[in-house]
Amino acid sequence: MSPSKPEPKPRPAPIPDAETEPYWQAVNEGRLMVQRCTVCGRSQLYPRWRCLRCRGEVEWVDASGGGTVYSFTVIRQNFSRSFRHLIPYVVALVDLDEGPRLMTNLVGVDPDDVEIGMRVRVKFEHVSDEASVPLFEPA
Amino acid sequence: MSKPNRRAVIVGVATSDYPNLPDMSEQQVHAQAAERALADAGVEFADLDGYATTGFFPMFAVGMCEYFGIRPHYVDETNWGGASFEVLVEHAATAVEAGVCDIVLVTYGSIQLSAMGRKLGTGGGTGAPAGPAAFDQLWGNTLVGSYALAAQRHMYEFGTTSEQLAEVAVTMRAHAANNPMAQYRDPITVADVLSSRMIADPLHMLDCCVISDGGGACVVTTEERARDLRKPPVYILGGAHAMTHHMGISQMPEVTVTAAAQSGPLAFRRAGLTPADVDTLQVYDSFTITVVLSLEDLGFCEKGEGGAFVQGGRLRFDGELPTNTDGGGLSACHPGMRGMFLIVEAVRQLRGESVNQAPDPKIAVAHGTGGMLSTGATLVLGTEVP
Ligand SMILES: [Zn+2]
Repeated sequence: MSPSKPEPKPRPAPIPDAETEPYWQAVNEGRLMVQRCTVCGRSQLYPRWRCLRCRGEVEWVDASGGGTVYSFTVIRQNFSRSFRHLIPYVVALVDLDEGPRLMTNLVGVDPDDVEIGMRVRVKFEHVSDEASVPLFEPA
Repeated sequence: MSKPNRRAVIVGVATSDYPNLPDMSEQQVHAQAAERALADAGVEFADLDGYATTGFFPMFAVGMCEYFGIRPHYVDETNWGGASFEVLVEHAATAVEAGVCDIVLVTYGSIQLSAMGRKLGTGGGTGAPAGPAAFDQLWGNTLVGSYALAAQRHMYEFGTTSEQLAEVAVTMRAHAANNPMAQYRDPITVADVLSSRMIADPLHMLDCCVISDGGGACVVTTEERARDLRKPPVYILGGAHAMTHHMGISQMPEVTVTAAAQSGPLAFRRAGLTPADVDTLQVYDSFTITVVLSLEDLGFCEKGEGGAFVQGGRLRFDGELPTNTDGGGLSACHPGMRGMFLIVEAVRQLRGESVNQAPDPKIAVAHGTGGMLSTGATLVLGTEVP
């Protein structure tokens, strides 16, 4: 339809609020954190006021950065200017070793080689001067 | 339950014109469907004391009341995504049975095809990546991608194949061939589905619903009131709704188990029936995988057996479980929140008015799914009270 392809835009940056700000600040410093219950020890993301299992108080702790692919898809059509130049790319759900499930992109791997159950490790990518996002690559 | 003479029934149904309405406004689509459903029932706008709809913005139902020039004392705009209209009818049934109101009009209308075009569903984000939403909105995932994540996991856990998913699309297209209004009517094969463009693995273009303009409406009242009206009433025997998560599928406990696993059994219990009693199913088919998951979670087959269940023509109008007999969202019409079409077609089947009529059905189920596999709502309908 359009004569020339629109210019690519950078990846979107997270917009932190009072509750998610510690998480995104840590990510920008190259650390992945999860929220852990001080009563029952269960971990969760995204952050909530209390533990979703026992309603106990929660605290931020560093995660190991390791995880397992729970599911994935290869995106082959997306008209977003932030992503169309990356096609084909992998969107995955990764189960962190601490328990919480994150949506992310798998990088450093041929999309055809991705499998459910694959072990992956976090890496960080700057998307602006103030923000980074956690991506995952084969462990 | 309710006093017999206040039992909730559906007395009028209609769709608007569809699938392509470049010269109509969203309100006009609602109005055309409403006028036809009221005529089908033999009811006037002046008879209404209840109204329900939902849209993308708050107070939409109030706006539609103003547009129609009605001032009902019962109004509902519960937003359950694509499953909203099953919830609105469930609520309307509860309201008329409780004596809160006597006649409720429920309408839906959309011009998403004319307004936004066919890129919908692969447009990237669904809003600003702020607060909790940021956790699912930074990765270039699409609407199709979310359903693909469920399909991929279902294949991994249960061995479901792309050929099996394709059977769903092939069946819906066969039904659409007999629906003169359907958006796509040329027959397709499993091979056609598998060779269509991959959008988000493992979902091909023909695993995805169409993008349409269109709407529908229905009229809910009491059995007593229905005696004076044009057509035999269809009884609302049971209804229930449930959710698993909002718009981020990372928060869905298991992507292979939908809200139907909660809403289905509850709706059947309220109706005093089981899936074995159902003669025809109208189920949300945003994607082929949506049908497979819903069949399992509603209890038509065991978890993991949905792929095998849809094979062998079982869902065809002359098969064991006639499903989406108007051609479904996969081929006939998908204007964004298709739930109303499921109710319209279920009622038409029970009245013997479908373009792909099943043999003398007595019990029909309409099951909607909304969001990113987020919500579910089930209605059990019947020609009589069992
Ligand atoms: Zn706890």
